[in-house]
Amino acid sequence: MANSYQVVVCGGIVPDPLQTLEPVAGPAGPALKNEMMLPAVLDPWAGHALYEAAALARKFPGSKVYLVSLAPKAKLQQVMMTIAQRVPLELVALDGPGGGFTDSAETAAALAGAIQGIAGLDRSKLLLFGGWESASRGAGSTMQMVAERLGIVDQFQGVDELQIGEDGSLRILERVEGGQHQVSVCDAPPALLGWATGNLGEPANNAQVGMQNMRTIMPSLQKAKPTQLKSGIAFASVALPKLQRETRIVKDASVDEIAKEIADWAAAE
Amino acid sequence: METILFLAHTEADGGLAKATLEALEAARALGGVLIAGLVGASVEAAANSIAGCGASKILGVAGEAFGESRYSTDAAAAEAIAQAANATVIVAAHTSRWARALPGVAQRLGAAVDTHVAALSADLKATRWYYRQRIEGVIERAARPRVILLDSGCAPAYAGAPGAAAVELVNVEITPALQRTRVIGKQAPKAEQQTIRPDAAILFVAGAGWTKKQKDGQTHVADAGKLILDFIGSANSSLGSSKSLVDLSGEGQAVLPFLSHLNQVGQTGSTPRHPKGLATCCHGEEPHVVGWRFIKERRAVNLDANCGWARGKADVLYVADAFAVIAKVNELLKAKS
Repeated sequence: MANSYQVVVCGGIVPDPLQTLEPVAGPAGPALKNEMMLPAVLDPWAGHALYEAAALARKFPGSKVYLVSLAPKAKLQQVMMTIAQRVPLELVALDGPGGGFTDSAETAAALAGAIQGIAGLDRSKLLLFGGWESASRGAGSTMQMVAERLGIVDQFQGVDELQIGEDGSLRILERVEGGQHQVSVCDAPPALLGWATGNLGEPANNAQVGMQNMRTIMPSLQKAKPTQLKSGIAFASVALPKLQRETRIVKDASVDEIAKEIADWAAAE
Repeated sequence: METILFLAHTEADGGLAKATLEALEAARALGGVLIAGLVGASVEAAANSIAGCGASKILGVAGEAFGESRYSTDAAAAEAIAQAANATVIVAAHTSRWARALPGVAQRLGAAVDTHVAALSADLKATRWYYRQRIEGVIERAARPRVILLDSGCAPAYAGAPGAAAVELVNVEITPALQRTRVIGKQAPKAEQQTIRPDAAILFVAGAGWTKKQKDGQTHVADAGKLILDFIGSANSSLGSSKSLVDLSGEGQAVLPFLSHLNQVGQTGSTPRHPKGLATCCHGEEPHVVGWRFIKERRAVNLDANCGWARGKADVLYVADAFAVIAKVNELLKAKS
């Protein structure tokens, strides 16, 4: 159990889920109305990946967690004020578009380039983490392409659990169809794990961790590499779905009447 | 004219899943030259089942190593078939197996990839969702090759008569590097019973209200659990829950222990497809609505006539005590069966 790991977590930022989103036409394609004004959070599934990475690093002394993020620098800085207080990490920032209407292949190329630029990265200790899908593009394709660019062919998606064996092997639970998990064992790193929810809650804020992190986060943000993404996607349309239904409100009926209506409806073909 | 490669993996029984047959029908509707590519421990049965699909040829990668859902071997097989087919468009079902492997294959092929495609037109315009089913986009690409992963429900399933198909086998060398990962098997989540049933006619969504204090000032979590499980059993439905309820169980509280994160629907959960949905004790904002996106008929039971979860989103909102209503519904459903 003397292993240590270099865990590289790829995670973008997304609008706070409680915000109302409205698409608009921007100069470079579709965008969100007032996108730069919307409060942002770390992408939820990438957040789970980060917390799992931190838990792993705590368990295996000598391990290190990197967070690689492509986002507008100003928005990323806002989000890092919160994230930095939760887990020890080293930020690798890329200053570029982080919205959902970009192409995952371009995003993957930028992220892979940033990871390759991390000094002293040891492939034999490398665990590449990310969310299995983002809450913006929702494609679930970026991490596989990042891993391919890094030559990693042991890949897992929809991961809910990682256990390290005595021999250093990785036992992984992945979500598959029918509410089941597939159990796989990978000999050793390097490997990609695209996390689903995992099993950990959100870590509590820790001011000491925050202060330690900010010593490296601010310089990282200052030297964030400007990144342009070319997209081969042409959007024929981008629109909000028609949400409104004519809801029939039943509020003065007895329990028996309501139950009969529901039972008949549920049993009908 | 496009060369369309329909790419499929076999299931444990050697056949093809419904979602895969839907993707085949969508591929057939594109016109062009159709080639089928199959990956599995054995592909003969699957090939025979689609013998009449109109494919100009059926390519296959077969062997024990390809019967398992594993990125390294799946990607190698798909890459080999794609190169042998020299296809301009590759169409596959968005199964967990292909969703994991094909984006990486696209990287190897220098192809563009579009996933979670909900509809595909004959001129290759793909409809997909952004921001967790909150914004719908229709996209086009000039790039070829192009990999397209189709969500279930995108087309009717192919239902042609089976026949005798000839499969051209494509050789893929199994190197030790492709076998660093061993598939052990499948397991259900830690739950008293399997409550996630993708093929069920009804999705029952349990909200946090089930665990709150009731009229008598007490919580009735055990009663709630029994009522919910009875409904799941008697209506043969699938169980979903809101994030708040799942989080409560994750924090170790004695609340509805049969719920796991896999039951979660919505922003950070799933958006399942069922013909009907019944939401109970759910109160919430727009993010919760994404869990409903692909539910056709929606009904809700809760105590708030102005609930944002239901109003304008559900077809019928019953303002009533869900404990009393579901208990009676369970009685009626048992009597019907």
